[in-house]
Amino acid sequence: MPGNAHTRETIDIHAPQLRPFGSTVAMLRREMKIALRRLADAINPLFFFAVVATLFPLAISPDKAVLQLIGPGVIWVAALLAALLPLNALFGQDYEDGTLEHYVLSGQSLVALCIAKTVGLWLVAGLPLVLVSAAISQTYALPAQALPALLLALSLGSYTLCALGSVAAALTVGVQRASALIALLVLPMMVPVIIFGTRAVLLAARSEPVAGPLYLLSATAVLAVILTPLATAMALRISLE
Amino acid sequence: MESGALLSALSLSLRNISVFRGDRCLLRDLGLDIAAADVVHLVGPNGCGKTSLMRIIAGLTSPETGEVLWQGRPISQQRSAYLRNCAWLGHTAGLKGDMTLLENLRFDNRLRRNVSDQLVVDTLRTLGIDNRADVAARGLSAGQRRRAALARVLLSDACLWLLDEPFTNLDREGQQEVRALMAAHARAGGAIVFAAHHDVAIEGVTVRRLEWGQQDAG
Repeated sequence: MPGNAHTRETIDIHAPQLRPFGSTVAMLRREMKIALRRLADAINPLFFFAVVATLFPLAISPDKAVLQLIGPGVIWVAALLAALLPLNALFGQDYEDGTLEHYVLSGQSLVALCIAKTVGLWLVAGLPLVLVSAAISQTYALPAQALPALLLALSLGSYTLCALGSVAAALTVGVQRASALIALLVLPMMVPVIIFGTRAVLLAARSEPVAGPLYLLSATAVLAVILTPLATAMALRISLE
Repeated sequence: MESGALLSALSLSLRNISVFRGDRCLLRDLGLDIAAADVVHLVGPNGCGKTSLMRIIAGLTSPETGEVLWQGRPISQQRSAYLRNCAWLGHTAGLKGDMTLLENLRFDNRLRRNVSDQLVVDTLRTLGIDNRADVAARGLSAGQRRRAALARVLLSDACLWLLDEPFTNLDREGQQEVRALMAAHARAGGAIVFAAHHDVAIEGVTVRRLEWGQQDAG
């Protein structure tokens, strides 16, 4: 076994090998692989979203004008609640099976690994919700011109939620039944996102300019992209202490 | 530190380390110097802080007082350099149940260094679990998971091994294999700090015992 530590006559002290890109890609690939093997977990939020969003028209009114008015808000709230479901498991499972310790001890940038976890979460739990929302929007008779704004706004909003959620999930690592705590931490911070997101879809449905709320949504998403990986990595270190 | 530096330069020092659990002090002002080929056995009853001390040495926990020095500098100032040379075996195996043993180890080592599948399989063979390489980790027994965690330590190519209860869940043969691997590592110039409840004799290697906690043991 050439090169294997236990068969070598001497062992060297190695220089650190920081591979932020390589480790991010490796982590992302692994997250995708695990998600594919746990399809039921990935489908749960989608199912929740579809059921909640289609129950509202049945419970409130089949009137087209009413549905068009409540549609954007219901879709946004249902999508965000659905995206909360997988947050507890984001780091919780890694903590329980001990892999989280090994991420920290890998010597690679924990920030890079946190970015990979967040992007992986969005690809598994956020992006499918955005795509399904296109079908759900038909239930609310949303005009076709509102669809691009809905998809773009939900994409930005769901990523912001995943990014904020990763911080909350990292802070609550090791806490029993942390789901409610995560929701309490994340939902207040999502209020501006819901307001801008819903506004963008309503304006688009009326064929009015949507740039304003979309810019604000983009700004919150950019802030989340930049700041949350640092906060997540710091929270993980604190939680593991 | 340059790659390939002389191993005689290996130096891990604990300076005035105190271990607390809540308000209770488990260990006060510990000083310890570890050099190449040193094997240190942490001994003590349950709850005396062996794992807490191991976590401090690994850098997972910050000590209440004192500092851990690697090559003369605090590990907090050179985390990547220290961790590249440090292999950790904790209470949990650190395996993803949905992935095969091979995939688990391949990923871990991709984070640390690139290793070939053949090397992973060879290492698994050394530990007698190469026939489980393609089995999802959730299908492994506790002993096999322990062996897999030891395989990760071997594959890390680290010079400092931190092993928390390395003999747990292993049969007698497995324990003997671990002792042989530890002896080989020490003879090659590596350093080992391990925690275990019982006395451990490693053939051809002098084991330094660090025992405490008798009066604190509940």
